[in-house]
Amino acid sequence: MKLKQLESLLGNLQQFSNPKVELEQYPTGPHIASRMLYMAENSYGDVTEKVVADFGCGCGTLGAAAALMGAEQVFGIDVDSESLEMATANAEDLELDIEFVQCDIRNLGWRGSSVDTVVMNPPFGTRRKGADMEFLCAALKIASGAVYSLHKTSTRDHIKRAALRDFGAKTAEVLCELRFDVPQLYKFHKKKEVDVAVDLWRFEPKD
Amino acid sequence: MRLLTHNMLSSNIKGVVNGFPLRIEAEKVIHKEVDLNPDFLRNIFSKIEWRALSDAARSLGYAELPEEAEESMLDSDEFLGKFHHALLEIHLEEGALVCPETGRKFSVSKGIPNMLLHEDEV
Repeated sequence: MKLKQLESLLGNLQQFSNPKVELEQYPTGPHIASRMLYMAENSYGDVTEKVVADFGCGCGTLGAAAALMGAEQVFGIDVDSESLEMATANAEDLELDIEFVQCDIRNLGWRGSSVDTVVMNPPFGTRRKGADMEFLCAALKIASGAVYSLHKTSTRDHIKRAALRDFGAKTAEVLCELRFDVPQLYKFHKKKEVDVAVDLWRFEPKD
Repeated sequence: MRLLTHNMLSSNIKGVVNGFPLRIEAEKVIHKEVDLNPDFLRNIFSKIEWRALSDAARSLGYAELPEEAEESMLDSDEFLGKFHHALLEIHLEEGALVCPETGRKFSVSKGIPNMLLHEDEV
């Protein structure tokens, strides 16, 4: 699948109608989602015919992108039932077979090494400190091949140190810096649109 | 929920030592046909807890899987077909997953298992 085609298919997905601030629900836009999965496949071969899990899947954009890029099985995991309903509808619209599980990533009971790749746009941890780290820690435990994640560029050093030293990652690499358009979703947003610099990371868990 | 998913999930309640496999209580089971991919089945085979899969399939009315399986069986198209069906085509749509140690039920609704824990279970 071509990048443009992927982006345009993802552009048709429904996004949060009532985002929940405590969960830091920001939609992953089609521009970022398509580039993330396209790069994961074309530079590293981490998607096609792989088992991919989307942590904190929200409306399911990254999971859908993985399925469109030829993942053999996609799991979408989120704590919020409204998000999962929307993600289910989005998957059905695109005729994708995605398995959804409602769970708090911190308490996920997942057996074995079936998941090759975890993709995620975790909460940035601005509302609840450390939320981004909990996601990263869980992802590195469950993925057997690679973890792709978005984190604020301002936290780059911290992320790298935590991944390598605390969570046992073998590698931690920033693939590119992206602009994340956070639209004015919440009342506390004063500006109409906030442009946040985020890093697209690729981590490899230890063998 | 596919039985593939059931094969990965375990009860993560605080204090539970062996939360796998979750027992299944089925209210509604549906079948959805999907294309068979032999390479995927061969890949995933080593990651499947076979007994849990064959027991789960049987509890949902599909008794065609042998109780034990080994890699050489993947050469048989007949075996692949049954493995494929049990793993990917049988869906638990409504029902519950039950923690084997505590009996706590995790509901499954519209095909989505709810594995959220209560505050005192974390």
